[in-house]
Amino acid sequence: MDGKKTPLYDVHVAQGGKMVEFGGYCLPVQYETGVIREHMAVRTACGLFDVSHMGEILVEGDGAIAYLNHLLTNDYTVMRPGQARYSPMCRKDGGTVDDLIVYKRRDDSYFVVVNASNKDKDYAWMLAQQTGSVSITDVSDQYAQIALQGPKAESILRRLTDRIPEKYYTAYFDGQVGGISCILSRTGYTGEDGFELYLPPDQAVHMWELLLETGREDGLIPCGLGARDTLRLEASMPLYGHELSDSISPLEAGLASFVRLEKPEFIGRDALLAQSAPDRRRVGLKVTSRGIVREHQEVYLDSQPVGITTSGTHCPFLGGAFAMALIRSDIPSEGAQLEVDVRGRKVAAVTVPLPFYRRPKKS
Amino acid sequence: MTFPKELRYTETHEWVLFAEDGTATIGITDYAQDQLGDLVFVNLPEPGDAVSAGESFADVESVKAVSDVLSPVSGDVEAINEVLADEPERMNQDPYGSWFIKVRDITGQVNLMDADAYQAFVASC
Repeated sequence: MDGKKTPLYDVHVAQGGKMVEFGGYCLPVQYETGVIREHMAVRTACGLFDVSHMGEILVEGDGAIAYLNHLLTNDYTVMRPGQARYSPMCRKDGGTVDDLIVYKRRDDSYFVVVNASNKDKDYAWMLAQQTGSVSITDVSDQYAQIALQGPKAESILRRLTDRIPEKYYTAYFDGQVGGISCILSRTGYTGEDGFELYLPPDQAVHMWELLLETGREDGLIPCGLGARDTLRLEASMPLYGHELSDSISPLEAGLASFVRLEKPEFIGRDALLAQSAPDRRRVGLKVTSRGIVREHQEVYLDSQPVGITTSGTHCPFLGGAFAMALIRSDIPSEGAQLEVDVRGRKVAAVTVPLPFYRRPKKS
Repeated sequence: MTFPKELRYTETHEWVLFAEDGTATIGITDYAQDQLGDLVFVNLPEPGDAVSAGESFADVESVKAVSDVLSPVSGDVEAINEVLADEPERMNQDPYGSWFIKVRDITGQVNLMDADAYQAFVASC
């Protein structure tokens, strides 16, 4: 199989992972447990993911903050060390280069996490936009990444460390988990509470086995890319190449709260200002007749084409078929009766608010 | 993984059972369900529809992807297994009990393997 091996490759194979190529890496799409049980483990207990394919880029220097505010649509002016903030990264025409997370380490040091499949494109783009005194370094090979996700994640982690980031979207750069140094971040891509650990590749196997062993009594199991995708879709999180792309703007994708048009300047601002009421927007679809809607399927209202689906599958926790679509923005985002062309068969769907799934508040 | 002796198998991982009354019962194999992963939907033809050997007559959806199911025989659909619409997980749990369709008036078929040949074929996949 083509694709780079992550430091956990041999462990996945030994644990029964079905390996596939994704974003240039060889990763398990599922283990023998299957996607549905892996998905349910994350919603009800805890799941462990190898996300070492994600790219990490360091932005450093006195000009780092000015650079990030120019490069990204979100505002990084007011941020404490250890805070994380999501942002789209746009082209001049408002299309999206990628979406990413920026962690502030110090006033002059930021840790940027990007999608695996876009890493080389992002790095080239970031270098081309370089301004002032800033250095940009691809440090992806220095990090493995493991995600521990689910309602039991905190209690499992508590047995291995006494310092846990309290708030969602914060991190400790000097984290220690089971005696292993790591960046310990309270973030994730599943819609659950959880953590992402960035650590030296030669510590990844030890950390993976330690977490699995520690969490076994709580129902922690390894999960593959299949569950990662169904979980993010059920939680209605955008995936680059689906809800966002070079030709889909963050405003169309419903990410206006991460586009700070009040900033005086950033790449794509003029185009996005002109598009403040886009012609199409991202909506949620619940399939009401039999069938599964997938990506790139035409959506109809009264037999007229009104848009296209961007992702869709069966959502195991909600127990039904859901999809996201880019459709004409005059169509109500709730209660509109539509049809989707599923390989020549018309499947009924209704627009429903996003997200499909929101985790229950802690009691 | 099991390979019941009384069945015949296709290279595209369907099984077929020929009955004495001239009908053929069709489903997907244990290997197929294992490769597809958790199945969540099947789209079946209607009774009375014609099916053609080697051509798609149904599609099965896993959480990951959709796959065509090819008919081992040509003929007319006599019955469909309605249970699968409500309990698609049966295709994973009991692939040889979860028949998709029964076909009558059979006029042709693709190349079929017996259980031993199919087991060897799967081992080489």
